[in-house]
Amino acid sequence: MPRLLPYLLLAPATAFLCLFFLYPFSLVAIDSLTRDGTWSLANFERMAGHWKFGPTLRNTLLLAAIVVPLQLTLALLMASMVTRLDRARGMVLYIFAIPLGISDLAAGLVWLAIFEQSGFLNSALSGLGLIDTPQLFLGYQSKGVIFTAVVLTELWRATAIMMVILVAGMGLIPKEYGEAAEVFGASRWQRFRRITLPLLKPSLQTALILRVIMAFEVFAVVLALGGTNLPVLMSETYNWQFTMQERGVAAAYAMVILAISVGFTVLILRLLHVPKEARP
Amino acid sequence: MSKTTVHHAGNRLFLAAVVLACVWVLVPIYLLLINALSAPAEVTGFPKWFWPSFDLASIRFFLGFKGVTAALWSSVQVAVLTMVMAIGTGAPAGYALARFDFPGKQVFRFLVVMTRAFPLPLLALPLAVLFIRVGLDDTVLGLALVHTTLALPFAVLITYSLFSGIPYELEEAALTLGCNRVQAFFKVVMPLAAPGIAASAVFAFVVSWNEVFAAAVLTIEHRTLTAFLLQSLDVSPLPLKFAGGAALVVPALVFIFAVRKYLFAMWGIANR
Amino acid sequence: MAEIEIKGVGKTFRAFTALHSIDLTINDQEFVVLLGASGCGKTTLLRIIAGLEVPTTGEVWIGGRRVDRLPPRARGISMVFQNYAVFPHLTVFENIAFGLRMQRLPKPEVVRRVTRTAELMHIEQLLKRYSGQLSGGQRQRVAVARALAMEPDVILMDEPLSNLDALLRLEMRAELKGVLAASKTTTIYVTHDQVEAMSLADRIAVMHGGDIVQADRPVEVYRNPAARFVGSFIGNPPMNFLPARALGEGRWQVAGHDFVGPRSAAPQIEFAIRPEDLHPAEHGLVAEVRVVEPLGPHTLVTATVAGVMLRAVLESTLVVAPGDHLSLAPVADRIRWFDPETQKAIT
Repeated sequence: MPRLLPYLLLAPATAFLCLFFLYPFSLVAIDSLTRDGTWSLANFERMAGHWKFGPTLRNTLLLAAIVVPLQLTLALLMASMVTRLDRARGMVLYIFAIPLGISDLAAGLVWLAIFEQSGFLNSALSGLGLIDTPQLFLGYQSKGVIFTAVVLTELWRATAIMMVILVAGMGLIPKEYGEAAEVFGASRWQRFRRITLPLLKPSLQTALILRVIMAFEVFAVVLALGGTNLPVLMSETYNWQFTMQERGVAAAYAMVILAISVGFTVLILRLLHVPKEARP
Repeated sequence: MSKTTVHHAGNRLFLAAVVLACVWVLVPIYLLLINALSAPAEVTGFPKWFWPSFDLASIRFFLGFKGVTAALWSSVQVAVLTMVMAIGTGAPAGYALARFDFPGKQVFRFLVVMTRAFPLPLLALPLAVLFIRVGLDDTVLGLALVHTTLALPFAVLITYSLFSGIPYELEEAALTLGCNRVQAFFKVVMPLAAPGIAASAVFAFVVSWNEVFAAAVLTIEHRTLTAFLLQSLDVSPLPLKFAGGAALVVPALVFIFAVRKYLFAMWGIANR
Repeated sequence: MAEIEIKGVGKTFRAFTALHSIDLTINDQEFVVLLGASGCGKTTLLRIIAGLEVPTTGEVWIGGRRVDRLPPRARGISMVFQNYAVFPHLTVFENIAFGLRMQRLPKPEVVRRVTRTAELMHIEQLLKRYSGQLSGGQRQRVAVARALAMEPDVILMDEPLSNLDALLRLEMRAELKGVLAASKTTTIYVTHDQVEAMSLADRIAVMHGGDIVQADRPVEVYRNPAARFVGSFIGNPPMNFLPARALGEGRWQVAGHDFVGPRSAAPQIEFAIRPEDLHPAEHGLVAEVRVVEPLGPHTLVTATVAGVMLRAVLESTLVVAPGDHLSLAPVADRIRWFDPETQKAIT
């Protein structure tokens, strides 16, 4: 084997990642820490000093804190269903995986069809005689409803990715472990709790990292459903870049998103650490 | 109650849960499609009927709207370019990871895996400035470069798992039967890996097709469909939004169906 | 038509030395088996000959040509792999034709050779099938046919029978021997199965820890192991070893008995005897029986002699039970002696 071949094969991808991943991120960092060509924390001060920063950060974190645990539960349930099925398994898996291919913007529009004033929720409620006139769910006074709609949309859209990772992970766990536990008298719940979950840790880790980072990137769903009524970190970044034309502050926002993303990744890696010897 | 009835009841409950979960996924899509397949007056009307009127006026309105066809065309161009670049650079890297052991391998893998901890669409911010300097601003290629960065780590990991699944022995056998390395790759590995590579190409296409933030940041005149819809959210009428939503969703349904066999090849590797 | 010369071949993977410095000459049309436990370097040596691995030191010559820097396709070899490596995307016909097409042979010649080797391996009715539709044994036949169709100077085989079940392995072993003898091709065959090695080889090269410990005819390897390792690795059950204390003048004391042995200055050496060369006799080594295993044609007895474990293969008519004492006499001309320092045989 020619010694240089592997490096030759890796060169394009490495060059690409350096040029379009490492380099731009260092540029963002520099942008956020400079103003008018000198080092300064002015961008961060401007960001944190703006009245919208508090609600923005709170909305984003709260959204993640509510969506991710619910989604994890739902994904585990759906993954267990798929694993237990034998007939129609392929079809059910395909249906469950559909949202995987749907963009956040499209998902937002899907749920807009339900929640808008002439939408299907109002139609259903009036059809059942619960309301007389259509309600304005997504107005600026009803942030709670917007928030709920975003939570539902996020649940609907991004459970698929966790589900697929978990199904793949469950497939890697040999059936014998569960059977052995059954022989020793473990109930279905005990088997799930004591065998499946611990052995699933590596998959849980991956699924959670991907999902948590997606949660901090939430953007188009919020815009589609709530317009500017529910500011989140990404939408504020976008605002500062375009509407306010202050790239330094946008970069500061980017650094905040980056910091909490990396922070949570490290946290998840720590919490769900599995020593190499204990892997299945 | 006898044991079998308990069993039956459990089974029925389980089936009900599966059906419910399918309904949860499918119904919202169905509702969007009703809107897309109804006349604009019906879309804005109230109350709504839960069955489409199969009136194509909304779709005609959408396609006739200024900038839509151009945006669709841009989306396709960017996605195809992304697909080509992601697979073109990702597949060789995946092959190298699967076949060779060499110093520096772990560094590269770390670089690839690290991209996961980063909110990649943010790359668009510095690149917007950089692209103006090199003349790539508001171009299909510029956006495709950013989308490739999003799709590349997946392309590398997916092809890595694909090539790992093809025994090296087969290539060695080809070598002993008169092939050189390149011939062995194209005569033995490629035919076996082709469907999987096609699936990961489709996946790269979807990543680009669906991306909103970078597209909105990097394009002004040459907007992609997602950027176009996002930027006209507060001004566009409902029928346009829903027809546009459907235009985003329908290809996704087809794509996921096309790659359904490879979903696990793509995500099962996530553990490494 | 090819003689193979391996001169000082060594191979190091990072910190691990797989082969020290191997010298071996294989004659034209000879069938040589590389035999050893896993990790002994036998597969590495085979892969170096094939050109799938580059040696760290040394030279490989095939048919008078130095080949160690040439790619596999330029060496006049073909190979049968452990997992067969039958291409799953090609039919059996196309698998066998693969190498011939690479050589750009004319079409009628390709068809002729594929048909001939397929008949030779009894797979002519499988030519249209794909690998997924074949059993393990059939895949094995395809792999051999594919190698033979190349009409190579040298055939290399890497544990070709190890994935077959016991009965099939026996059948294929006999068939391979016939086919390869008829093809008059030089063959190097890697295995960890000593029975396979004994039954197939013109010459066995026993490998251990990256060295060839002994290369000789099967009977020689069995009867006159050049090293303690060979005696303990070949033969089932393996050779027995007992300590022997020097009494001077080439006489040695083994478990209280005097034996005539080699003239060595060492104070202590090892006495070795194959289990089937021990027979009940009046003045033998006193053995206390521990386990008795009747195996049909004979009975395997495990016993201790002066605290050392020893096995004997005895007549199945012998009535013996654990706890009994047996007197076992070694056949005099079958006794071998080893130096515990060098582990080599002393003659």
